[in-house]
Amino acid sequence: MEADTPTQVPLVSYLRLGSEAHLVANECTNCGARFFDRRNACAQCGLREFKNVRVDNAAKLKAFTIVHRAAPGIPAPYVSAIVETTDGTTVRSNVVNCEPDPEVVQLGMELKLTTYSIGSDDDGTEAIAFGYQPA
Amino acid sequence: MATTKSPTAKSSAGRISDDSVWILGTHMTRFARYPDKDVVDLAAEASIAALEDGNVTIHDMDVLAAGSLFNAGTGVGQRIQKQIGQTGIPVFNVANACATGATAVRTVYLSIKAGEADLGLAVGVEQMGKMGLLGGAGTKKEKKVYEPSGRYGAVTGIDGYIGTEGMPGVFAQAGMEYANTYDGVGFEQFARVAYKNHLHSTLNPLAQYRKEFTMDEIMTSPTMSYPNTLLMCCPTGDGAAAAVLVSGQRLKAMPAQVRRRAVKISASVLTSDPYTEASQVQPDVNTLTRNAATKAYETAGVGPKDLDLVELHDCFATAELIHYDNLGLCEPGAAGDFIDSGAPFRDGTTPVNVSGGLISKGHPIGATGVANVFEVTTHLRGEAGDRQIADAKVGLAHVIGLGSACAIHVLEKAAV
Repeated sequence: MEADTPTQVPLVSYLRLGSEAHLVANECTNCGARFFDRRNACAQCGLREFKNVRVDNAAKLKAFTIVHRAAPGIPAPYVSAIVETTDGTTVRSNVVNCEPDPEVVQLGMELKLTTYSIGSDDDGTEAIAFGYQPA
Repeated sequence: MATTKSPTAKSSAGRISDDSVWILGTHMTRFARYPDKDVVDLAAEASIAALEDGNVTIHDMDVLAAGSLFNAGTGVGQRIQKQIGQTGIPVFNVANACATGATAVRTVYLSIKAGEADLGLAVGVEQMGKMGLLGGAGTKKEKKVYEPSGRYGAVTGIDGYIGTEGMPGVFAQAGMEYANTYDGVGFEQFARVAYKNHLHSTLNPLAQYRKEFTMDEIMTSPTMSYPNTLLMCCPTGDGAAAAVLVSGQRLKAMPAQVRRRAVKISASVLTSDPYTEASQVQPDVNTLTRNAATKAYETAGVGPKDLDLVELHDCFATAELIHYDNLGLCEPGAAGDFIDSGAPFRDGTTPVNVSGGLISKGHPIGATGVANVFEVTTHLRGEAGDRQIADAKVGLAHVIGLGSACAIHVLEKAAV
């Protein structure tokens, strides 16, 4: 038994950890639409075949809000954002390692994917989330 | 029920087409908090008053549609019948997010269009109390174990870790995306929307809040989700609204004094959100509103310039601003100039939310889509009192619910 070995799990299954953490999308093999969640069929074309594709880590800030009244247990204020990666995929995320101040967070700013720990469960497994930080 | 024809009725009634649909009666309770009433009390009050307003009774109704988002599984329509009359007619209990009330109106509209009903009652109601905007806390577990579950394979709640799922934030981002795309839109323009709607509400005795705030007070009130401050967000509340719809064929046979107050539904449109790339991670509130507007204008044969007033879905100030553009009220990309120019103020070229809007009139979810129809109808009848828009002839009522559903009703005064 190696019970003492700390283990990590990604917060969501479309985040892949490892030497260079990145996101993976389910891409429709017919029309190219990308989804981060499990789909029964493509929301754009209706066909049912998907492949995993790696999503670029570089992105631009398309929209943001600074959330002051957050869900229970979430530290606030934090920057919630919609970003567009360099391969044209839209991603919802937080902007991290950046002052939650509308004077600092700039629409259009260059970002890159990063990861951080959100804590451990009672078995010592650590959950790793992703965010985007100023490039 | 009154069906007596007045001596002069025939010639003017001849202008009503048989397959048209009209609003015969309507009513809304004041939006407020009613801890001593229940959801059925509120719905019954609005329903009975709307029937009286239309000079008909529950026994004349061929169909009932009831919308209450938080009571969708409780047979609220049948529970209302037990208070106002159990006549055995078909009841539709509808739920469609914040478009629930408008969906009830459209359900009755469709029943009449289908020829299955001559008269029908649509009622929307909600009792929210002080539930707050943030939703429930995470469920407590005996032991915390990170195990992937659900369609994202998430090991715990993602709201707050992967962006926000809170409504003030989702609509803030929609507004900021617009600000990123077009010039002249920022915190001040969003705040001015809230300034306008609070100001308008001072004239509306049915509004939950009736207080004017300065721009400074709005901009410095506590931030919920930047740029939306507390005074740029709709409140929670209780209330009900109802509308009685009638076929043109049936309306023709009604007395002149009843026909004169009837308001024509020139378009009734419901859309959902079509696939867009960006909407896979955040609701797209624009495309389905644009689609609904295009269809509504085409069906009604009117354009945005013809509108004497608009009641649109200002759940947050950022939402109202982008809907100026989505509904074609301003030139493309010019929503910032539109609010800065004063156009949507009650003395402007296109008065928007003269009721005070969701921001100040309130937003008891299921009631909202019927209350917007009530508001426009009341102006077209010339019965809006202090807040009356003079000589209003054409108006538009718009709601949107996330998920998403958009409803638009175009209403016209048609003196017959």
